[in-house]
Parts: sequence; structure tokens; C-alpha cells
Amino acid sequence: MSDPTVADTRRLNSKPQDLTDAYGPPSNFLEIDVYDPQTIGVGRNRFTTYEVRMRTNLPIFKLKDSVVRRRYSDFEWLKNELERDSKIVVPPLPGKALKRQLPFRGDEGIFEESFIEERRVGLEQFINRLAGHPLAQNERCLHMFLQDESIDRNYIPGKVRNLPKGT
Amino acid sequence: LHLHTLPVMSFFSFGQSAEIDIVLNDAETRKKAEHKTEDGKKDKYFLLYDGETVSGKVNVTLKNPGKRLEHQGIKIEFIGQIELYYDRGNHHEFVSLVKDLARPGELTQSQTFDFEFIHVEKPYESYTGQNVKLRYFLRATISRRLNDISKEMDIVVHTLSTYPELNSSIKMEVGIEDCLHIEFEYNKSKYHLKDVIVGKIYFLLVRLKIRHMEIDIVKRETTGTGPNVYHENDTIAKYEIMDGAPVRGESIPIRLFLAGYEMTPTMKDINKKYSVRYYLNLVLIDEEERRYFKQQEITLWRKGDIVRKSMSHQAAIASQRFEGSSSAEKALAQAQAKEQEQ
Repeated sequence: MSDPTVADTRRLNSKPQDLTDAYGPPSNFLEIDVYDPQTIGVGRNRFTTYEVRMRTNLPIFKLKDSVVRRRYSDFEWLKNELERDSKIVVPPLPGKALKRQLPFRGDEGIFEESFIEERRVGLEQFINRLAGHPLAQNERCLHMFLQDESIDRNYIPGKVRNLPKGT
Repeated sequence: LHLHTLPVMSFFSFGQSAEIDIVLNDAETRKKAEHKTEDGKKDKYFLLYDGETVSGKVNVTLKNPGKRLEHQGIKIEFIGQIELYYDRGNHHEFVSLVKDLARPGELTQSQTFDFEFIHVEKPYESYTGQNVKLRYFLRATISRRLNDISKEMDIVVHTLSTYPELNSSIKMEVGIEDCLHIEFEYNKSKYHLKDVIVGKIYFLLVRLKIRHMEIDIVKRETTGTGPNVYHENDTIAKYEIMDGAPVRGESIPIRLFLAGYEMTPTMKDINKKYSVRYYLNLVLIDEEERRYFKQQEITLWRKGDIVRKSMSHQAAIASQRFEGSSSAEKALAQAQAKEQEQ
């Protein structure tokens, strides 16, 4: 008989874990790579695009493996859409680098290799942080950004699923 | 030549003055309890319980022997009061007892007065909080024409409870649709201050990248009523229960010893002035520092200290009751001797 003055600290009973759950792939796989910067166009109409590749097993994304090309202003568009339509605090984008766009610079400005690499890293961090957010995953603009070939700026903003209130 | 500062009292007072000292009759045997003062320091005070008689002596020592002390009466009070920090002027007295020790007259020499407050009601526990304070004290006063002489002695009151008859466990399934489903369970809903919280977190669905889980104890002090309600939250403890990423089907145990934390019993609507409640806050943090949490109230109560006999002593008593033989008596005597050694 246990002494009532000493607390019972035995663990609560729990179900044994299924081995496929224990050793199978986790249900939270989500990886986005931002890579292969390409500068397109000539002279003052040049711009840089990046390949955005997403691999995931989250059921909310239609495609489990998708590749699209996006430029910096597309990332800006996504940030603005989410700031307007959702309650989430959107992570920061790497800088706009307006100074680099002024004439009479000694270097390539925004097409400088080191700058593009810096920006690529920042964009990759941005999109990974964002895509993992349960509320961001609910926004149509995120899905369009990641998985549609091109962004339709005249799209109808909206939610992808119905989350319970207060989430 | 170094001039020392003279104590002001003896320089300016031309009449007689006195020192008051309050002493409880059972000061030698009565336990003391530690209690925090408003500025955070800890001090020890005599511990009293509801219904106990408060008896003792008031020693009045004349400062200038030979001179008389004229007075308008000597009395002692037992006071229980609540003080809200934002309303310092108003003390809400919920217990106020007074005993006259001497009628107006004069003291020619130092004197001791006996007092006794029988079966004093002490309905609430002493509490020093962030915005409110509840205290009990004895105050002896010598009334005089110009200025009274008084002395206060604070005491601490603890409210005791016994094991609650009903003490259901807390079990709930919570989460974010399609992202994270967990079932958490705590073995009880009412814990005493030296209890252990035994529980578990069971993961039903993990589509987030969780890297850390902790359980926090949050104390919420509520003061004021109606539109002027003010909640002060204080995280008393943060206890990590998981480091790393869980998957579906995993069960994470919780074993949290409460004795290590400074807590009070749950206090609900004390004299309609304040409440102190405790919550367990389960917090999960993902790879991107996003926090997911679920708060659940628990009731804390104070268990009375019982004299714990050693196991061998208890066994010896049990066997004596059963056998009633001399060998059992011997065992009992041995156990008692051992205990006295310890």
C-alpha cells in the first residue's frame, strides 16, 4: 500500500507508438530552395529572377514538388498581400537596395554577384519562414506564389481552408 | 574632536516616553513561517491558524525610570486588513478586535499587561502581492494627549485544506486544424503546494516543425472590480519537457515538483477585493520561434504539516496492533529509540 504522504510520481499510461510512425518520414516535411539567379533583359530593363523549388508532404499544398521563377517584386507582392489579408507578422524581406539602383556606381549595382547572393539567401529565409506558418498556408496568394507558373495580380484573394476562430 | 549625532528623542523630549513590546505566550513553541515583505525581502513571523486563541503579554518599559507616564488608556488590537496599493489610504479591515489593558491614568513604573483573544477568526491567508496585501497584526497603543505610542507585531496566517473529495484529471485535445493536434493530460486539477504534477502530452498530428516544448506556471493576481479590474500575470516557473522534434504517436511525460516554487494557495475573490489564481501554460515552439500555447487553470491548496513517523515505526505500530505480543512491543521500542536518535 502506498504511503499517502509521498506523492505518486509514476508516469501516466500511454499507447505504445506505431513503428511506422516512429521510423517513417515525418509529416512536416517542407523545404524551399531559392537558387539559380538569372539576369534577364538589357540595359535599364534588366531584372534578376530566381528559381523557387518547393518539396513537401503537407497535404495543404496541391503539388508535392514544384518549381517556379520569381523576381524580387514578386516576393514584395506576396508580403503585401499577407500583411493586408492575414493577421500574421510577416518576416522581413532582404533590403530593396535603392542606393544600388542609382547611376554612376563603380560596380554592377543590383546585378553585382555578391549582392545577388546576399539577396538570394535572404529570400530563401523569408519564404521558408513564411511557408511554415499555419495561417500563411491558408492564404491563396502563398499557394499561387509557390505553385502557379505565373502570378495573376488580378486574382481574388481568399482562404484555402476554414480554420476555427481564434487560431 | 568628532561630534556624535545625538538621538533626537532623548534630546527633545522633556516628558516621559515608553517602549512597547508584544510577546506571545507560546513564543517558545510556536512555529514561524517565512513571508515576503512588500520590498521583496523575506522575514519570519509567528504562524497562526483560523480559530486559534491569540494570547500574550504587552510589556511597557518606561524610558526614564522615576518619571511618570500619563496616558489616556492602553489597549491592544488584533487586526486583519486588506490594503490595495493603488488606494493606500483605505485599509479594509475584515477582522478588528480590541482589548482594553488599562483605563486612563498614569504609569509610575514599567508594567506588563496580559491579553487574550479567544478563538479568533482568521478567514484568509496572509498575502503580499504585486498590487495588494493582506496582513494580520497585533497593535498595542498607549493613548496620549499629543501623540500616541504604539507598536505593531505582524503575524502570518495560513489557511489549510485537506485532500479534496473530487479531484478529476484534466484531459483535452487541442491544436490547429490540419497542422498540430495534441492531447494533454494532467493527473489532477487540484494540487497541494508540495505536490507533483504528473502528466503527458500525446502527439496526434505533427505537420509543424516543433523544436521545443515547455510547461510554465503562471500566477495571475486580479484586483479591483467591474470596469477597474486589473490582472497582473507573473510566470513563476518555466520547465522544459521536450527538446527536439516529436512525431505522431509520441508521448512526452511531465513530472513537475511544485515544492521548488514559491506559490500560495488559490485565492478566489477574497473579501470581494482580489483573487490569486494559477495556470499551467503548455508552450510549443517551432523552428521559426513561433509559439503555440494552451493555458489551463489548476487549483492550489495548502496541506497541513503532519508529524511523519518513520516507516519502521509505522510498521512496528501496525504489527503490535495485529499481534499484541512482546516481540512486537520490543520492535516498537527499538523503532522509537532509533527515531529519537535521528
